[in-house]
Amino acid sequence: MVAYTARRLIAAVPVLLAASLLCFVLIDIAGDPLADLRLADPPVPEETIEAAERHLYRDRSVVERYVLWTTGINGRGDIGLLQGRFGPSVRGPAFDIGEQIRDRFLVTLRLVVIALVMAIGLAVLTGVFSAMRQYSTVDYLLTFIGFLCLAMPTFWLAALIKEGGVWVNQQVGHHIFYTIGAASADTRAFTAWESFTDAAAHLFLPTMALMLTGYAQLSRYQRTSMLEVLDSDYIRLARAKGLRNGIVMRRHALRTALIPMVTLSALLVAGTIDGAILIERVFQWRGLGDFFVQAVSANDTYAVMGWLMLSGAIVVVANLVADLLYAVLDPRIRYE
Amino acid sequence: MSDVPPTPLAEGTSGRVEQGIADPNVIATVERRQWQIVLLRFFRHRLAVASLLLFVLIVAFAFLGPLLWSYDHRIHPDIPSSQPPSLTHPFGTTSAGHDVMAQVMRGTQQSLKVALTVALMATAVGSIWGAVAGLYRGRIDAIMMRGVDVILILPLLVLVAALAGNVRGGTTWWAVALLISLVGWASIARVVRGVVLSLREQEFIEAAYAAGASDLRIILRHLLPNAAGPIIVAGTLAVAFAILIEAGLSFLGFGIQPPDTSLGLLIENARTAPFVRPWLFYPPGVFIILVCLTINFVGDGLRDALDPRQSLRR
Repeated sequence: MVAYTARRLIAAVPVLLAASLLCFVLIDIAGDPLADLRLADPPVPEETIEAAERHLYRDRSVVERYVLWTTGINGRGDIGLLQGRFGPSVRGPAFDIGEQIRDRFLVTLRLVVIALVMAIGLAVLTGVFSAMRQYSTVDYLLTFIGFLCLAMPTFWLAALIKEGGVWVNQQVGHHIFYTIGAASADTRAFTAWESFTDAAAHLFLPTMALMLTGYAQLSRYQRTSMLEVLDSDYIRLARAKGLRNGIVMRRHALRTALIPMVTLSALLVAGTIDGAILIERVFQWRGLGDFFVQAVSANDTYAVMGWLMLSGAIVVVANLVADLLYAVLDPRIRYE
Repeated sequence: MSDVPPTPLAEGTSGRVEQGIADPNVIATVERRQWQIVLLRFFRHRLAVASLLLFVLIVAFAFLGPLLWSYDHRIHPDIPSSQPPSLTHPFGTTSAGHDVMAQVMRGTQQSLKVALTVALMATAVGSIWGAVAGLYRGRIDAIMMRGVDVILILPLLVLVAALAGNVRGGTTWWAVALLISLVGWASIARVVRGVVLSLREQEFIEAAYAAGASDLRIILRHLLPNAAGPIIVAGTLAVAFAILIEAGLSFLGFGIQPPDTSLGLLIENARTAPFVRPWLFYPPGVFIILVCLTINFVGDGLRDALDPRQSLRR
């Protein structure tokens, strides 16, 4: 198991390296962060532009800049992913990219993680139910809902849910749903428990909106995989032995049918990060999604590259965890 | 006609059956070409046929509608502000004085243009990439597919948004389509490689090599046509993928720029409207859903129709 884990870890390194190269090539070479400055009217003095170029390491060659961005060797101590630094910002020395990302990371992470967990849980429940009652009315209804969720733009649904929350609040005349931000504006007087419930209340509607796309994909697969298992010989044997239906379903069928979900859930992580950006915009959260949109608008290349690398790393880690879980869950996979 | 099982071509029934001869001893067999069988199967799939019909109607609405309708998507001074749907403005009007139906027509048109272009480009690039990787295997395959892996670990909407932010002076539908294609081909390449890996071991490829065919000819004349089923299905799914990515991109403000419009942009403008002025909010969303739903069902129907393991009779 240790050898298998090590092998997987080592295999992830070239992928991350290639991802860093791709991010760098696409963002750094395709865009000039100082384009606005160069085209400014009235023209900015030459020295200002040169100083900005030095600040952003634009005075170095592309290859030098890539090495600098990844390792931070020969830099001024503000760059180098391996040292945990994301590089200088086009928005001035006061804007620390790394600090901003660290501050906002937890806000977005809890949205993504809770939405994923809920999507997986709900997908397993409804997928298994659909498979057990194949071609029943409920099965058709769930299938239709699944197709609808797949075809629906995340942010459209989110806007509908959010305005629905606002509408309910107005009708009831009482603040039931929180529709703006990740927490209340003033949390200083809150105890730890109050902060927790406040954050949880703010999470409710956004997670609902974010989980539906992932749910739609997963529940289809769960239904198929459960149907395949239910059709297999060992289930027939278990029934023939005279086991009760509940035990056959839980102990024999579900265990096997859950295995493909592990890989699929890992694949879903990237899509959920995409969705989180849109959801954060709808619900006006100041998380990593908001940070990203601002960074792209400001042409802040190091911020955008760092962001992409971070999300890429999260997906790689998720895949790694899925691989390891898979090896634990599925005895057919041997890790010598 | 449709109850007659198709004659296998391999049994030497090369001649066409003369329909005019009324000889009771001749077993009436009809030779059908591959695509005829596929069409026949497809048209039995009622949901897929209905979806195809609806999709064609939406395309007509988007491309022919603007020619027939009396308003275009721009502001007109004679359009009353913020009117609910009426006979003169079936989808209502905006506060600035747009006719919403004209906006939805234009938006659907731009979104469809992006989506169809993406489907075409991404499918072409992905198919060839996957076929080359699958045919050569070994080191070439490993390098090419690691490239695909790397694209797929990055959140695609984020990647496209980061690139689109660099496009200066108004993003056109063409630029958006190009950017989405740049990331959209990867998953198609993965599918095609899988199919080609099994195809290349079959006898007809060996026969083609024995006959002296070049690698290029093998790919274009033998591998890709035989992988047509999965490729077409992947292409239809790419349409839905592209529509949703384009909408998300416009929603973030990095897609098609005003005064032009797209479905995502229309939703962004009507974000707070669902309970105040619902006629602004629902049409663009419903059109996205309809396009994605119908194209998914058409893809499903094609998948069943193109699968040779399924019998003609269902």
